[in-house]
Amino acid sequence: MSCWDIIADYGLRSIGIGERLLPRNEFTLCHQFTLIGSGMIWNIYFGVLALLSGFFFATFLALGKMSTNPIFRRSAEWTIFIFRGSPLFIQFFFAYFLFLSLKQSFPVFGPFTSAWIGALVVLFLNTSAYTGEIFYGALQSIPKSDIEAADAYGLTGWKRFRRITWPTMLRLAWPAYTNEAIFLFHATTLVFFSGFPTTRQRGDALYYANYFADKTFNPFVPYPILAGYFIVLTLIVIGLYGLVNKRLNRHLPTSDRGKITLRMNIIR
Amino acid sequence: MLCYLTTPKHMGFYWSFLTVLLLLGITAPCALGFGFVGATAARSKILLFSLFGRAYISIVRGVPDIAFFMFFVIALDQFLEWSRHKIFCPDWSEPIRQGNDFVVCQAAKLPLSSAPQWIHETYGFALAVFTFAIVFGAFSANVLFGAMRAVPYAQQETAYAYGMTSSQVFWRITVPQMWVYALPGLGNLWMVLIKATPLLFLLGVEDIVYWARELGGSKTARFTDYPHPDWRMWYFLALLVFYLMFTKVSEVVLDRLMKRLTHGQATAAGEAQRRAEV
Repeated sequence: MSCWDIIADYGLRSIGIGERLLPRNEFTLCHQFTLIGSGMIWNIYFGVLALLSGFFFATFLALGKMSTNPIFRRSAEWTIFIFRGSPLFIQFFFAYFLFLSLKQSFPVFGPFTSAWIGALVVLFLNTSAYTGEIFYGALQSIPKSDIEAADAYGLTGWKRFRRITWPTMLRLAWPAYTNEAIFLFHATTLVFFSGFPTTRQRGDALYYANYFADKTFNPFVPYPILAGYFIVLTLIVIGLYGLVNKRLNRHLPTSDRGKITLRMNIIR
Repeated sequence: MLCYLTTPKHMGFYWSFLTVLLLLGITAPCALGFGFVGATAARSKILLFSLFGRAYISIVRGVPDIAFFMFFVIALDQFLEWSRHKIFCPDWSEPIRQGNDFVVCQAAKLPLSSAPQWIHETYGFALAVFTFAIVFGAFSANVLFGAMRAVPYAQQETAYAYGMTSSQVFWRITVPQMWVYALPGLGNLWMVLIKATPLLFLLGVEDIVYWARELGGSKTARFTDYPHPDWRMWYFLALLVFYLMFTKVSEVVLDRLMKRLTHGQATAAGEAQRRAEV
């Protein structure tokens, strides 16, 4: 069986297309590369959707935390504190069992007990809280003169927010937000180890890497493969965010531009 | 209710909180030590050490940490068994890796199959601690590396001008001054370490996550005096609250510590403190 056949059989295994059974007794390098790569589909799915949706909610949270209205401020502060102050691992467990018991009284929550949406909700809230805090910090460090200049031009309310505050906030927050995005992708590996069951062995990259390590009792092949995939993913994320960063900073002289540096915030 | 909360199994649950605290207590200094060695190696003038230190710092950051946890535990276990195999059974002729199996002689098994239960548990726990220390050592190496570079260079130049050797400069000037710069990073790391403790569950230690799943699962009257439906949600809610409180307390303590350390330092925060006092 050539490697192409294996890719055809297992390339989309993680979303249920292709061979039904996982390999039982032959674990060639090609098998491992293909299956772990196929699992990456889930990591990318969770990461991209949580980031996209979390971005908007994070803006709301940051604005809420800045607000003078105590109700908004308190609720935003608590949301951020709860999701940043507790381990993501426990959040997954709690959410899973919460959805399980909600399902019994309201059948609407049925789909939430499966990973594709239940875990996504947790990741969405989690990344919103982390990003919200980053955005809040950026909002606080917007130069006063920028706002004053906007006032002088007669920009107020929504227009001022849309044209001055928000772009400046994004520009200031972007390097930290890049790190957040990287670690969100890393956090997606927790999903299938925390309560959320895999249906018919459709798991993410770590799930398959763990499968191979268990079967072959040799961790030195699958985990480095997984590591390789994640390093590539990290580089892609840095590249894409770097492009956005360039666009956000395009009006500044080169020396003033915020550089993206990898900083850590690793486990949640 | 009180009777229910004091069953022997619940006592196990409460002890597991201590396990978590013990893990934190052992891991934090170990990781700091590893970090110090890593950061010093990365700064070394000898190329080999420097490369080693830099590789140690950067590899851990590019890869999901839980992949590391799962990898290291098996890898360490196999490494130990392999080295014991070489020492205790030198005349063993069969290969260790037979297809998909990892076979060592009886005397090299770790822990020995005749060992009592508590040794197995301690061994698992020790492996977990070591793994945590390696991974967090890399993070703290990164923080300390930055902190060592943040110490104003003029300080070191002055020391050289006084005729100190480079090791004297390192121990007497750089190391005492770097802590202020390192503390915010290390504090952040401490928070991260707290939040990483539930991953113990994945390493096979009977920690709070294990007990919460065990105790919360629905019980029928046949097996226990206290039958109840699925309460796992509530047990995990309790864990969530425990972690939130722990984070809050650490935050307050770290804030106080930072205030004390910045006192009299030539940093922006130290300057602000001085102004406030005047």
